[in-house]
Amino acid sequence: MPRPFTPKVVTANALLEGDVVYLKADDGWTRRIEEAELIEDEAIADIRLLDAQRRGSEVVGAYLADAKAGPNGPEPVHFREAFRTRGPSNYNHGKQEGA
Amino acid sequence: MYSYTDFDEAFVRERVAQFRAQVERRIDGSLTEDEFKPLRLMNGLYLQLHAYMLRVAIPYGTLNGRQMRQLAMIARRWDKGYGHFTTRQNIQFNWPELRDVPDMLDALADVQMHAIQTSGNTIRNVTADHFAGAAEDEVADPRPVAELIRQWSTDHPEFQFLPRKFKVAVTGSPDDRAVTAAHDIGLRIVRNEEGQIGYRVLVGGGLGRTPMIGKVLNDFVSEADLLPYLEAIVAVYNLLGRRDNKYKARIKITVHENGIEDIAARVDEEFTRRKSLFSGVDQEMLTAIRAQFAPPAFEAPQTAAFDLAFAENPVFRSFVDTNTAAHRAPGYAIVTVSLKAHGKTPGDATAAQMEVLADLAERYGHDELRISHEQNVILPHVAKRHLPAIHAALSTAGLATANVGLVSDIIACPGMDYCALATARSIPVAQQIATRFDELKLEHDIGALKIKISGCINACGHHHVGHIGILGLDRAGVENYQITLGGDGGPDAVIGERTGPGFAYDQIVPAIERLVYAYLDLREDREETFLETYRRLGMEPFKAALYEDEEARADAA
Repeated sequence: MPRPFTPKVVTANALLEGDVVYLKADDGWTRRIEEAELIEDEAIADIRLLDAQRRGSEVVGAYLADAKAGPNGPEPVHFREAFRTRGPSNYNHGKQEGA
Repeated sequence: MYSYTDFDEAFVRERVAQFRAQVERRIDGSLTEDEFKPLRLMNGLYLQLHAYMLRVAIPYGTLNGRQMRQLAMIARRWDKGYGHFTTRQNIQFNWPELRDVPDMLDALADVQMHAIQTSGNTIRNVTADHFAGAAEDEVADPRPVAELIRQWSTDHPEFQFLPRKFKVAVTGSPDDRAVTAAHDIGLRIVRNEEGQIGYRVLVGGGLGRTPMIGKVLNDFVSEADLLPYLEAIVAVYNLLGRRDNKYKARIKITVHENGIEDIAARVDEEFTRRKSLFSGVDQEMLTAIRAQFAPPAFEAPQTAAFDLAFAENPVFRSFVDTNTAAHRAPGYAIVTVSLKAHGKTPGDATAAQMEVLADLAERYGHDELRISHEQNVILPHVAKRHLPAIHAALSTAGLATANVGLVSDIIACPGMDYCALATARSIPVAQQIATRFDELKLEHDIGALKIKISGCINACGHHHVGHIGILGLDRAGVENYQITLGGDGGPDAVIGERTGPGFAYDQIVPAIERLVYAYLDLREDREETFLETYRRLGMEPFKAALYEDEEARADAA
């Protein structure tokens, strides 16, 4: 039996800074996963990813990451994605720096 | 130290100019990422988890004060004020922006440094014993030949698209400090019965998902034959190495699948063809390079100031006992500066610390610094009379931790805090182990113990050759840490053995603590090291210490 589809966000790294970014519903990019579009439908997810991958002058390495709905918007599921929302654990660098 | 020729200078500058144009074309949209990626990798630029990362080669681990100061400047100006020294004698900057990288490379070129071939399927930065030219037990300084190999391999037209990356290490000492047995090619400088210098050539070593100890391909290759012989090895690999499967593409697999005898026969045949193409110009170049590595003029021993401080200051005494090694010149010492202050990130130095190290090298150390694969910095030539002043300066800079070779002198890869390939974190595990044993005040009692941590199967943290190795994995979406025991990266290298099931992130530090307490109970006396105890008793008692309590708890539940 195929595995049920789990919700996704489109994520990538910004071309110039390398920062982790997420695709918003309005096609803009955001640095905050809470503002990302949470995609519940597999067919839509595939199309949104294709759209993102065509925007190679803005981002690098777009892919679909598992996410779940939280009180403030999408939240990461896997620990790797959780680190990507924050930055490294040994210094207060990356996204957490400005938070 | 080697100084660039006009040719080197022009070559490095041209590469920077080319890369500058490539970055511009990427930003204006003329190059896609698929086109740009191989170009950036050829120049050491990776895209990691949170940002770009620039990996800069420190050939055979040797730097002068001016170069170290420039690394500090780069860290401050284009990064976040620090750099990370790696297990392959590179420095990594973790936060550059794409637009700035060409300027960073120009700043490196200003001090005769570059990031060429620090990535990609090419011959990578040639590493060497970090005590080269200073060690008491040395047959010959490995750096001149390492420099020759660097020049030969840089932009070598035949070897820019090898089946996979290719790593070479050279040691000039029988006490192999360069882990040569874990390299694609390991060279050990030896003297034959006639007293001639030559090279024992190991091939097919490597860690990663299929760890293998290098096999001796040739017991003695003369100096004049070395370069054509190396070229023959890489040429054989270039054609024979597998390109169908990335995980079977390293030369260790080629050697394993074809057998060392088959490889040796092919290399011999290829060598005969190649040898005639070498006119001897390589030997002239080697002679010229060697002259640049002439040892400094050592002064006569004057150790009164040292003897006094050693007798009176226990902190200084501990530093000297732990962080210095025997030097070939009387009255001198080799100082290892630990980048493993308890609780800090292994291998990281701030820009201010780099500047202190540059100052100390210039003032007291014949302007030489080394980076070790164990992620520490070495002042290779220090007159003992200067040690008290050096110790004082290091203390002020937070660099005087007396833990070299001890439980908190941990090798750790960047792991999932930075690396896009990692499956778990390694830095915080290293930080917590170091902090814990510092609290216990046990580390000098424990003695020599090498813990090495990798955050994925690629084994950049050398966990396979750690006395205690830790491998971080992703097990069903949770970080999990496997332990190996009995690994050894020395002359008779050994791959460690797995203890059994792994431990969760919050259980790995207590597990290491149980192992170390078991060792303290089991050792015959203080002289018997962890590794010796393990070799004497085997896995069982350590396994019991790791798992029995857990089983008892599980049974009770």
